[in-house]
Amino acid sequence: MPTGPIPILKIGSTLLVTIQIELHDTVVDSFQEDVLEEIEKSGASGLIIDISALETVDSYVARTLANTGKMAKLMGTETVIVGMRPAVAATLVRMGYFMEGIHTALSLEEGLEVLGSQAKVPDTE
Amino acid sequence: MEVLSAAGIRYSEKETWENPIEKEADIVAVRQQVRDLAKEHRFDQFAVAALTTAASELSRNVWVHAGRGIARIRVLRNRNRVGLEIEFVDHGSGIADLNRALAGGFSTSKSLGLGLSGTKRLVDEFDIDTGLGRGTKVVIRKWKKEF
Repeated sequence: MPTGPIPILKIGSTLLVTIQIELHDTVVDSFQEDVLEEIEKSGASGLIIDISALETVDSYVARTLANTGKMAKLMGTETVIVGMRPAVAATLVRMGYFMEGIHTALSLEEGLEVLGSQAKVPDTE
Repeated sequence: MEVLSAAGIRYSEKETWENPIEKEADIVAVRQQVRDLAKEHRFDQFAVAALTTAASELSRNVWVHAGRGIARIRVLRNRNRVGLEIEFVDHGSGIADLNRALAGGFSTSKSLGLGLSGTKRLVDEFDIDTGLGRGTKVVIRKWKKEF
């Protein structure tokens, strides 16, 4: 497991990342690399990023999180971002950033459900 | 000492803080101080997030485009209203095409291209003074909602 400031846990076939620190740009960048390497090593089919502790998500953090999800998807792993606070959601949309192409869920439990339904129902679009 | 601006907005030197932006960690320091002040003055959670995010975007602009600058944070008083003002000043190369930069979807660097236009939508007042070779000064203000 990477020893960066953001721990990555594996539960079954899902990687769980809980971001609990104020994010510097360089931390966000190394987080992205750590997560992608961990997906390769673990062969996880799902990735959950819990941002419920984050009071501020600026455009750089939002874009890096969304891009991490897109990169994971290219590798074959679905990503769900869970626990976004109301004020964070309102701020991002007011700025014009919608985190398109990324799954979101209210809570960790719902995030796991989203991953479960993704696994059962193949994407037919 | 208390200062009264032409618009009737008062601020005190005691409630003015100057933060240097000289390294990446200073972006985080500015946003933490803005968050703490907004909470201390009981802005609601949406206003706290909007102000903190705006401070983060504009600090990053200074750091990415000019390399160094300052963020001056002030608590404002206008009759019974309380506001926060943050002034970002740098002596970088300035913005040649301000209209294009404010229109959004435009970026010359690692930022999203939402920087200025997106930030403007998060605050009540947004003033910018820039030009090629002149550096950039951005002032944002947000007033606490009265109920």
